[in-house]
Amino acid sequence: MTEQSSPVPSKAHAPSPLDIPARTAGAKPAPPRSAAPQSGAGPAAAGPAQAGSAPAGSAQAAPAQPPAASRPQHPAVAPVRVTGAQALVLALEQVGVDVVFGIPGGAVLPAYDPLLDSEQIRHILVRHEQGAGHAATGYAQATGRTGVCMATSGPGATNLVTPLADAYMDSVPVVAITGQVSTNLIGTDGFQEADISGITYPVTKHNFLVTKPEDIARTIGEAFHLASTGRPGPVLVDIAKDAMQATTEFTWPVPFDLPGYHPVTRPHSRQVREAARMIADAKRPVLYVGGGVIKADASAELLELAELTGAPVVTTLMARGAFPDSHELHLGMPGMHGTVAAVGALQRADLIVALGARFDDRVTGRLDSFAPDALIVHADIDPAEISKNRRADVPIVGDCKEVIAELTAAVRTDQQHGRTGDHEAWWAQLRQWRDNYPLGYDEPDDGTLAPQYVIERIGKIAGPDAIYLAGVGQHQMWAAQFVDYEKPRTWINSGGAGTMGFAVPAAMGAKVGMPDSTVWAIDGDGCFQMTNQELATCAIEGIPVKIAIINNGNLGMVRQWQTLFYNQRYSNTNLGDRKNELHGTRLPDFVKLAEAYGCIGLRCETKEDVDGVIEQAMAINDQPVVIDFIVHKDAMVWPMVAAGTSNDDIKFARDMAPDWEAMD
Amino acid sequence: MSEQHTLSVLVENKPGVLVRIAGLFSRRGFNIESLAVGPTEHEEISRMTIVVNCEEHPLEQVTKQLNKLINVLKIVELEPSQAVQRELMLIKVRADSDARSKVLETVELFRARVVDVALDAVTIEATGSHDKLEALVRVLEPFGIKELVKSGTIAVGRGGRSITDRTLRPLERSA
Repeated sequence: MTEQSSPVPSKAHAPSPLDIPARTAGAKPAPPRSAAPQSGAGPAAAGPAQAGSAPAGSAQAAPAQPPAASRPQHPAVAPVRVTGAQALVLALEQVGVDVVFGIPGGAVLPAYDPLLDSEQIRHILVRHEQGAGHAATGYAQATGRTGVCMATSGPGATNLVTPLADAYMDSVPVVAITGQVSTNLIGTDGFQEADISGITYPVTKHNFLVTKPEDIARTIGEAFHLASTGRPGPVLVDIAKDAMQATTEFTWPVPFDLPGYHPVTRPHSRQVREAARMIADAKRPVLYVGGGVIKADASAELLELAELTGAPVVTTLMARGAFPDSHELHLGMPGMHGTVAAVGALQRADLIVALGARFDDRVTGRLDSFAPDALIVHADIDPAEISKNRRADVPIVGDCKEVIAELTAAVRTDQQHGRTGDHEAWWAQLRQWRDNYPLGYDEPDDGTLAPQYVIERIGKIAGPDAIYLAGVGQHQMWAAQFVDYEKPRTWINSGGAGTMGFAVPAAMGAKVGMPDSTVWAIDGDGCFQMTNQELATCAIEGIPVKIAIINNGNLGMVRQWQTLFYNQRYSNTNLGDRKNELHGTRLPDFVKLAEAYGCIGLRCETKEDVDGVIEQAMAINDQPVVIDFIVHKDAMVWPMVAAGTSNDDIKFARDMAPDWEAMD
Repeated sequence: MSEQHTLSVLVENKPGVLVRIAGLFSRRGFNIESLAVGPTEHEEISRMTIVVNCEEHPLEQVTKQLNKLINVLKIVELEPSQAVQRELMLIKVRADSDARSKVLETVELFRARVVDVALDAVTIEATGSHDKLEALVRVLEPFGIKELVKSGTIAVGRGGRSITDRTLRPLERSA
C-alpha cells in the first residue's frame, strides 16, 4: 500500500486558497520547503508539537494517488458520454476492482445493469448485506487490497452498518456503495430511504453522498484513495438513483478534491534516532507489535529489527502472523487472554516499542498499573493514537514499513559504534516465565472433546500456509492461541468490534481473494447461526471454504464469565433448553443444515475421530465443508486478565496466579 | 484542572461538516462550551470557533481527532493573550418607566446599545469578551431578565498574519 509517485496528467481546476499540488491525483510533488524554516512553531496546531502530529496542510505528505494495490488497469480514458451508473462501473474498473459482494434493490438497480456487462468485475450475490460487508472485509484482510460491497438504500444500507463498524474498528480498507432514493425524495421519508450518511458518520473513515452524475467517478476515486491510504478504513459512497440514471461525461483519471487529507508516512528521522538510542539503553525492552505492521506489509522489516536488537516480540490479536510463532524471540500474544510471558514482559518492561499498535484496553488491562516502569516509543500512522491511552516518550508518526526500516538502520549504526543493548538478565527471566507458564488446557473429565485440541489439530494439519478466520468468543481466543502463525494475513478475525457472525462471510471473502489458499473458518455455534446463510453463496459460487463449528451448545465466552464472576448463574447463554440436553448442540442439526446449503456436512464427537475428519475436509476442494465438532461445554480460556483489573493479576488457571518473582 | 481553550477550525464549506464535528465531540466525550460557524474570506472554506472545556491532554486528543476528519483543513489554538475574542448578546430586560433610566445607565456604562423598546421591556445588544457580557448580565439580573440570547465565541489572532495565509506557504512539519 505504499504510494508511488507516478505522474499522471491532472485536469486543471480552479485552485482553492488551500490548494497545494499535493492534493490532486498524480500532480507533481509539493514544492520544497521555504528557505526560512519557522522554528518549530509551524502552524500553531493545538497540542504539543512533540506529539508528531502533522497539522492539516503539511506539505510532507505524499501526493494523492489511486492506491498502488489497485493501480488503474487501463490507459487514460478520453471523455465519453455515459449514464451515471456506467460511470460508476467504469470508475470501479479503473481503480482495479475485481470483485464486489452485494445485493441489488430498487435504489441501486441502475448500477446493476452495466455491472452485468463488466468483464473485469465479478459480482457475487450474497444472502444478507451483512455477509457482503464481512466478505469485503475478509477479502481485504487476506489480500491487502480494498474490499468492495454494494447494497440498496434503506434496510440494505443499514444492514451494512455492522460490518462497517467492524471494519472501522480494525482499520480495514473497504468501500461500500449504496443506492439512495432520488434527490427529489431525499428527506421526505421516501420508500426505502435511510440517511445512511448520517447513520455511518461515526463508523466510517469518511462517507459521501453523491447527487450529481458528474461527481460519481471522482468520488469513487477519492473513496478508494481514502480507504487504502494512511490508516485504512471503510468509506461509504451513497449515490442517489437519479444521479445514476442521468447522463454525464466520464473521463479518467480525475483529480481528487481532498484538501484536508494528508497522511504522513515518512517518519521524522530525529524521532527514529531517539528511539534507537532508547533501544540501546534499555535493559528490558519489548517489541509490542500490532495490526499496523500487517497493514504496512512490514513483517520482513520487523524480523530484521527483532533479530538485530535481540528484543522479545509480542504480537497482538490483530498482529498474529506478523512475526513467526516459531521464532525464538516470540513470547506470544499479550492481553486479556495472552500468554503469561507476553503479559509479564509488557508489565516489567523498561522500554516498550509499540509498532502499529494502539494500547487497546484488552492489552493494557487497568491503565494506571500498566507497564509502570516502561518508557514508550510509539510508532503509528495515525497521530491520534499516539499518547491517546498512554503517554508516548518518543512519538513517531509514519508507516510501519518505513519506520521499522529506518529504526533498524539507526540501531545498526548505534551498534557499529559499540552501543548495544544488554538483555541477558531479561531473557533469563522471560525464558523462565515462558517455560513455567506455557499455554495449555485440561482434558475434559467427562469424556467430551476438548475444543482446544480440535483447534490445535486443525492448525497442525492445515499448516501455516492456510488462512484461518474465527468468529468471536472462546473459540476465537483458542484459535489465536493454539494455531501457530508464521506468516502475515493468515489470521483474520474481528478484533476491535468483536462481531459474532464474522467468520463465515469473511472466510468467503478471503477465499475469493486468495483462491489458491486453504481457508478455514473456526466458528462458534452461536456465531455460526448469525450469518450461515452465506454457505448458500459459497456453494453456488464455487467458494470451497472449510468451516469448523466449535459446538458447545452455549455462548461460551459469556458462559465462562458467568462461571467465574456470576456464581454460575447461566442467564441466557444456553443455546438449547434445560429439559432437552441435546438441543443446545443439535438444534439446529448443523450437518443437515450444511447439506441443505449444498455443502458437505461432517460431525465429530470423539478425540479419535478428530484427525480423520480434518483430513477428510482437507481433501474436499470443490465444495464447502462444514464440520460440527461437539465439544465440552465448560472448557475455559486461560490465561485471563479479568476486565478492569491489572495485568499483574493475570491468572493462568482458575485462582492460580503466576509467581512473578520465582527464579530457579 | 480543566480550562477553556479556543480552537479555530477551518473546514470545507460542504453540507454535513457541522454534524461531523459535533458528532465527533459528542462521541468522544469532549465538552463544547460554545460553537460558532460562518463563512470566511474564501468561498470554499468555513471557519468554526469552538471553545472546549478540558485539560491539556484531552485537548491534544480533541485536536488530533478533529484533524482526522477529512473535511477539516486546519486547526489553530488561539491563546487568549494573543487573540481577540468576542461574543454577541441580545438581552431583553424588564424595564417599566421607573426602571428604564437605570437600565439605560447600565447600558451606557457597558457601551452596549438599545435595539428595541417596549412598554415594559428593553432589548439590549452587547458585544465583548465573555467576562464583560457575564458582568453585564449580573448587573441586569435584578431588573428581571425576560430573554437572553448569546452567540458563540468568535476569535481572531492578533497581528498581521491570518490562519488561511499560513497555509498558502509550504509548512514546516512539526517534530
